[in-house]
Amino acid sequence: MNKQKKEYTNQEKYVRNYKKNRRIILFSQIALVFVFIGVWELFSSVGILDEFLFSKPSAIVKLLAQYIKTNEIFKHVGISLYETLLGLIIGTSLGILLAIGLWFSKTLTKILDPFLVVLNALPKTALAPILIIWAGTGIKGIVVVSISLSLVMTIISAHNFFAHVDEDKLKMLKSFHASKFQILTKLVLPSNVANLLSIIKINIGMAWVGVIVGEFLVSRFGIGYLVVYGGQVFKLDLVMMGVFVLAILAYLMYLIVTIFEKYYRKKR
Amino acid sequence: MENEIEFKNVCKSFYSLKGETHVLQNMNFTIKKGEIVAIVGPSGCGKSTLLNLISGLIKPDQGTIQISKKVGYMFQKDNLLEWRTVYKNITLGPEIKKIKVDNKHIDTLLEKYGLSEFKFHYPKELSGGMRQRVALLRTLVLDPDILLLDEPFSSLDYQTKITVQDDIYKIIKETQKTTILVTHDITEAIAMANRVLVLTKRPSTIKAVFDIQLDLKEEKTPFLARNSAKFKDYFNLIWEALDIHE
Repeated sequence: MNKQKKEYTNQEKYVRNYKKNRRIILFSQIALVFVFIGVWELFSSVGILDEFLFSKPSAIVKLLAQYIKTNEIFKHVGISLYETLLGLIIGTSLGILLAIGLWFSKTLTKILDPFLVVLNALPKTALAPILIIWAGTGIKGIVVVSISLSLVMTIISAHNFFAHVDEDKLKMLKSFHASKFQILTKLVLPSNVANLLSIIKINIGMAWVGVIVGEFLVSRFGIGYLVVYGGQVFKLDLVMMGVFVLAILAYLMYLIVTIFEKYYRKKR
Repeated sequence: MENEIEFKNVCKSFYSLKGETHVLQNMNFTIKKGEIVAIVGPSGCGKSTLLNLISGLIKPDQGTIQISKKVGYMFQKDNLLEWRTVYKNITLGPEIKKIKVDNKHIDTLLEKYGLSEFKFHYPKELSGGMRQRVALLRTLVLDPDILLLDEPFSSLDYQTKITVQDDIYKIIKETQKTTILVTHDITEAIAMANRVLVLTKRPSTIKAVFDIQLDLKEEKTPFLARNSAKFKDYFNLIWEALDIHE
């Protein structure tokens, strides 16, 4: 019997341990989800949780299936996704462009610094009603709210990354008499790709907050609308379904950026 | 021989709200073509300021600096750009100056310095010594007449340092570059240079000059230089001139 038992080298043991650990983590994650859903379903069914207030997973899934069948969900998801992507792309790229502008002038940065700090500290959702009145109550207004959430933070953190580029590398480029623009394209931007990707990751969340708040205020479509409508008519299934769909969408967008990040790391 | 670098009464100060820092005072020296000159001095004495002046990164407050030729600058850190391959790092200078690159020339250089097979590798895949050679090639590609070396070996471990010193000395000699080496390592200064300038504390001026003649039987390399009987004498002379205990 003993002969058949394979002897493992230390390296194999390490790999086995590593894989085992990974399996435990993944299994626990899946188990957590199932236990959570199971307990929720059970408690709602036997009456420990009030089904009217807390809904229950099976009801949510049923509702979602119905929305998918009638294609209604795609209309709402489509419009929210469209607004979020617009908000994310415009907010992030505009923020990075303005950060580049600030990087070109230290004096301008110092002049604008206190204003940026105040704008950043201000809860942007308080501005949402004004922004919507200014920009219009349609998709435009919602996208503007979405942009407002990520713009200032993007400017501040991107500029901070740009300003703290490696001094020695800067000196090396200057010794070749590189122009400010060349320093930007050959050092500042390429050395900050990872940082810019992490800004995009944060902005995904911000763009969604903007869109949902915007849809709460004015809209007849979108996931934010579904959630707020469900709340008003006390259809908690609908509210929960909206939140569930939202979680999946946000996670998928996050995943796409993470894949980009991995690809970029591998290349380096 | 003609003078390639001439400093006449050069003064340089830096200013901040806290006050003026007087770094260089009445610097006078000349360096001839093909010389290797080492500059040593107490820390913070303005050695790097001197190189920045020669490379034109900063301007003197007073006095004149005459430089007849193109200058190449090599730093303490290799400063390779991690997102560029070895080839793209080496061609950075021509790219910035918008000069066309002679690919054959680069291939011969890579071959010569044992980097051919790493042409399309990224810096993180190279050893410390190789990275430093890539950094030197990046400087040499623009074919400068004067090389400025700012403590280029101080970030290397001891064994690598000794071999890279020999490598780079060979390259300098072959290409007959006029070289200024700033270092805090006295042995390195004696091993590499024909002449050693010792600076005083801030505001710095030249305190002593030593012509290094080691009377070696074979051709000099930094490694062999350490075997010379006179090596220790020079070390003691320079140590005394530095006056660390003052």
